[in-house]
Amino acid sequence: MKDDKITLAHGAGGRQTRALIEKIILKYFPDPLLRYLPDSAVVNIPELRKEICFTTDSYVVSPIFFPGGDIGKLAVCGTINDLAVCGAKPLFISCAMIIEEGFSINDFERILKSMSNIARKSGVRIVTGDTKVVDRGKCDKIFINTSGIGMKKNYVCPGLNCIRAGDAIIISGIPGLHELSIMCARGDFHFSVPLKSDCAPVYGLVETILDTSTGIRFMRDPTRGGLAAVLNEIVAGNHFGIRIYEDKIPLTKSVRSFCDIFGFDILNLASEGRVVVVVDQNEAEKVLRVMRKHPLGKRAEIIGNVIKEFPGRVILKTRFGSERFIEMPSGQQLPRIC
Amino acid sequence: MKHIDRFSDPENARILLSMIHSEARGIKKVVNLMEVCGTHTMAISRFGLRGLLPENIKLISGPGCPVCVSPNSFIDKAIAISKLNDVRIATFGDMYRVPSANSSLEKEHSRGAIIDIVYSPLDALEIARNKTREKIVFLGVGFETTAPLVASVIKYAKKYKINNFAVLSGHKLIPPAMEALVKDTHHSIGGFICPGHVSVVIGARPYEIFPKNYGIPCVISGFEPCDILQSILLLLEMITGKRAISVKIQYSRCVTRNGNITAQKMMDDVFDVVDSEWRGIGIIPSSGLAIKKQYAEYNAEHVMNVETKISHDKKGCICGDVLKGLKTPRNCVFFAKKCTPQYPMGPCMVSSEGTCAAYYAYERR
Amino acid sequence: MCLAVPMKVMSVKGKRAFANLGGVKREVDISLVKNIKAGDYIIVHAGFAIQKLNKKDALKTLKLFEKMRNETY
Repeated sequence: MKDDKITLAHGAGGRQTRALIEKIILKYFPDPLLRYLPDSAVVNIPELRKEICFTTDSYVVSPIFFPGGDIGKLAVCGTINDLAVCGAKPLFISCAMIIEEGFSINDFERILKSMSNIARKSGVRIVTGDTKVVDRGKCDKIFINTSGIGMKKNYVCPGLNCIRAGDAIIISGIPGLHELSIMCARGDFHFSVPLKSDCAPVYGLVETILDTSTGIRFMRDPTRGGLAAVLNEIVAGNHFGIRIYEDKIPLTKSVRSFCDIFGFDILNLASEGRVVVVVDQNEAEKVLRVMRKHPLGKRAEIIGNVIKEFPGRVILKTRFGSERFIEMPSGQQLPRIC
Repeated sequence: MKHIDRFSDPENARILLSMIHSEARGIKKVVNLMEVCGTHTMAISRFGLRGLLPENIKLISGPGCPVCVSPNSFIDKAIAISKLNDVRIATFGDMYRVPSANSSLEKEHSRGAIIDIVYSPLDALEIARNKTREKIVFLGVGFETTAPLVASVIKYAKKYKINNFAVLSGHKLIPPAMEALVKDTHHSIGGFICPGHVSVVIGARPYEIFPKNYGIPCVISGFEPCDILQSILLLLEMITGKRAISVKIQYSRCVTRNGNITAQKMMDDVFDVVDSEWRGIGIIPSSGLAIKKQYAEYNAEHVMNVETKISHDKKGCICGDVLKGLKTPRNCVFFAKKCTPQYPMGPCMVSSEGTCAAYYAYERR
Repeated sequence: MCLAVPMKVMSVKGKRAFANLGGVKREVDISLVKNIKAGDYIIVHAGFAIQKLNKKDALKTLKLFEKMRNETY
């Protein structure tokens, strides 16, 4: 790696993040459980005769309050979701907070209340935590880390190695809303936008999906790097490719307009309450129907499938029948004038 | 605006494509059509248009990305200014990751420089209004679409005495660059797809020299797939002789022959036309904009004292040839190997509108 | 280098207009374009209107596409 300093691109969830992990972090953390960089580690404790899923995530979002949520809600949902997509029922969460001197106690309580609400509604217990305070200026208001433990249920798969050509790809709703709402909430661009973050705990939806079909191959929640990142992660180093159809991706007018104004590609923008599901093509319609009945899956769509051609690549069929590649996103999404 | 969607209608696109194929059958050679607008570069790649065209019709990209053609010296100056105490750089997102020989604004940001990314120069002025103890330097990058806006903002700064605001002008003019390309006897440009929004400001007149003096047809194009396809069709019809060679306005819903006179006057009021260095091409006479003397206190060249060393493009980088349309990214030995958006060797890869970035994002085999 | 979009003018106040595209709204400087009123469509680049969209011409271009379709089928 040629960088001598960490840049913001390293945290953006795309190519540079992956490079940082693969080329530097894994050098020092060679545990085989990390090799495929799963959302959660599946830990086998022989004495328990059960598989436990264990995950962790840190939240540094700014602003800490945004349409549709706050850093606390995000912290709990994010960890629930990482467990859920591994087929685990989320059970216990830890909450470690680093707080900037001068942070308003009122705001602090708002965040705690939000975390408590989501945890309770999701049947998850916050059972341990830590609190540190740093000098003014040494952190931006509040940073939160949540780690979570869940019990893996007896579902067949899901895992990357189960994916076969012909499998269908479903997204549970409109992608990118979280990142769009954050950008608007920042106020840097002085736009007023009727968009809310899609931040939500997806365990209920995932459980419904897994209970409906034994043909679920793989699931992931598209966070940093968006749908483009997830699809590329799925095909990376594998003997299959993916083709998705532009006209099948669920969108709204506002989302499209916002992307047009700034030159953003919706495929690269983060969600925090969506699931990408790879499913046996014979089960796809059934799973789609069931997803659409769930409040978080109303705009679910089958957007494409796994293909034999173009191994390791993701292809987009545009509205006009032409095709082009979707690459792993690089760096942060920046608004363009050009 | 519902009918905007009809400019992306696949049915219309299919028909335009079949007409293009039909017209191209009457052309017994390879025709290179050059677009000189980064947004066109991106649109062509994003819509996958290149692969749909007949074999003998090639779309090549010219120096239409203002970020790509900003010389190292401009970026180095911006970087040097960012290192000064109490200075904030305000910039469009496009410039953030562009490398000069040794650094970039993104790298400097990680080293402590304060860089604000803005959507509008008005937002940069607003920052200056609010942060009175700091000096805000806005990086003025862009062609004739953006220059009138920056000129307006400089005038506002003067009117409202916002004296902690300055602009580092890197603005350039497109028609002189187009002419420099066709003056090169090695060029193979068969027609120009002219930039849509630059033309909203400057109108169609500045392109009239191309059919007149060089026999090269021009079409001012919109940005939707059907706009671009219709423009290609019009160019081919001029090449086959179906229509007389001239400047045609396809983007008639926004572009007029005379352009936006108010915006042109705004540019004239604030900027002088000067010779300017285009990365990869060299100095093109009368192709850049420098802030006039009466606005000197808002001119960062004037008020910020920084020394910059001359720095050169990385050895082996052929961005210059790519910008001139002489080579494609696939001709470059570094493309997608040593040179990637993550580790760009030159501006064509890092700028979101750069030809190499477009190929990398959408057209890598 | 031309990222600009058509937005609908909701209201005008002096040199500024409030414009909307698909629910995304922003105040836009309209000092570079004459005679803008509510209901007009403007081309917005980096927070400024650079032109008024000519609806007649837009429809003319679309009619041309329509004609091509009819002639082909």
